[in-house]
Amino acid sequence: MASIIEIEGLTKRYASGHEALKGVDLTIEEGEIFALLGPNGAGKTTMISIICGIARATGGSVTVAGHDIVRDYRGARSAIGLVPQELSTDQFERVIDTVTFSRGLFGKPRNPAHIEKVLRDLSLWDKRNSKILELSGGMKRRVMIAKALSHEPRVLFLDEPTAGVDVELRRDMWTLIGELRQTGVTIILTTHYIEEAEEMADRVGVINRGELMLVEDKVALMKKLGKKTLSVVLAEPLTTVPGELAEWDVALKADGHEIEYIFDTQAERTGVSSLLRRLGDLGIAYKDLNTRQSSLEDIFVSLVHQEKAA
Amino acid sequence: MMLQNLRAIAAIYLFELHRFRRTLMTGLLVPVITTSLYFVVFGGAIGSRMTEVDGIPYAAFIVPGLIMMSMFTESIFNASFGIYMPKFTGTIYELLSAPVSATETIIAYVGAAATKSLIVGSIIFLTAHLFVDVQVAHPFAMAGFMVLIAISFCLFGFILGVWAQSFEQLQVIPMLLIMPMTFLGGAFYSVQMLAEPWRTITFFNPIVYLISGFRWTFFGQGDVGIEFSLLFVAGMLAVCIAIIAWMFRTGYRLKK
Repeated sequence: MASIIEIEGLTKRYASGHEALKGVDLTIEEGEIFALLGPNGAGKTTMISIICGIARATGGSVTVAGHDIVRDYRGARSAIGLVPQELSTDQFERVIDTVTFSRGLFGKPRNPAHIEKVLRDLSLWDKRNSKILELSGGMKRRVMIAKALSHEPRVLFLDEPTAGVDVELRRDMWTLIGELRQTGVTIILTTHYIEEAEEMADRVGVINRGELMLVEDKVALMKKLGKKTLSVVLAEPLTTVPGELAEWDVALKADGHEIEYIFDTQAERTGVSSLLRRLGDLGIAYKDLNTRQSSLEDIFVSLVHQEKAA
Repeated sequence: MMLQNLRAIAAIYLFELHRFRRTLMTGLLVPVITTSLYFVVFGGAIGSRMTEVDGIPYAAFIVPGLIMMSMFTESIFNASFGIYMPKFTGTIYELLSAPVSATETIIAYVGAAATKSLIVGSIIFLTAHLFVDVQVAHPFAMAGFMVLIAISFCLFGFILGVWAQSFEQLQVIPMLLIMPMTFLGGAFYSVQMLAEPWRTITFFNPIVYLISGFRWTFFGQGDVGIEFSLLFVAGMLAVCIAIIAWMFRTGYRLKK
């Protein structure tokens, strides 16, 4: 796959002295869904703002579709559609007018057929003559996506697309993003909902305090850093962990009704069978077993913690 | 080179005019009513005691001042609102992320605001005709002067809109600076009527030169020569363009 965005040594220092980005290098492949994951204030929005022309970089360079974002801003920006985090719309305008306006602003000739397609794809066609202020929050978000897609961008930035959106709408959004990807648009989304990255992304980047800590294929990441948790539901509760189980580092949960053991799925010996054997030897009876894959959230938390410890 | 995205200029210009159209009735009715009131109060009440200024009937004498005063405030309000509102609502993200140059942005926003301001100026001119017979000595110069004034004050309004961080700041300059300067700048009287030292002091007010120039296009005479008036308009244009160029170069209050 060819790269569509190349970021090299990107830094951003605000006038206050705050360093929002500390030398970020990142390459985005054309056609992928890339999730930029990080806590609030990690630098996600700053990074997007620089690429899209809303903020200025202090150092480093960015090219979009081969165009430098400063020297050839027209070329770079023409390739980008941006949906910012805040719901900002021209409340008094009609849906179709504001979307048509966006296309003109990006210098594309009028194309009512394309506008209609975008609005239909986003289930906004029936609302095309409504004023934006009459729409619900979720619909307004769609209008912003429609504006971003109106000029046929190759890259779509979605900054926290599901922030403050209810569960059902979030599902809709995920479906929508999946559909957009089918059209070949590269999608970069930021989120602090880990499940969102887990659900949709091909690759995940974790950013914290202005540094890109890791960029990895999502599946590989989960495999590599993935841990599993084994829960053993006991027949009789225990008050303390027997000394004979010390080598497994287990914990008592649910008032002594459960033993929890976290193991590395990639390890040569996971220790699961030996633990169960030992439980049998000790005469500790159990009613049920279950294992659970740790989520990106666990991975993320452990990454952020590692950094804090360092 | 600078103007590549003509479609963006058209899109912004039409968007802004569309915004004006939404408030068309108040937008046009207000200047008509205000003008009529000025004629009733100034033309009727004062004009009956003061029949002529510099050989011109008082009611006719105030017409250029009235047009200028309305155009100053209209231009500043329209242009400052045009750019302040996107900042306030957050929709400015789209303008900043669009392939649009600073020059294109200015042409579109200032062009739209100046258009509205010229429409208002023309309406006041026509309304004035209902009350008084005004002859225009230099009609082309008058039209040209209106265009220059509209552009200069819209540029100024644009700067104000970029600078302002609250609605209060947006109002404070036109209300506390431009309005008094206009009243004291000979909109309703000839500076020659003032006693010293006020006459000399008044000539430090740049608005005097603008109103005087516009009055010259009507009556062939003003408080100062037309060349001084044109010099001040050119100066104002130059200063505004320089400030705006600086704003875009540094991203002042537009980019983080």
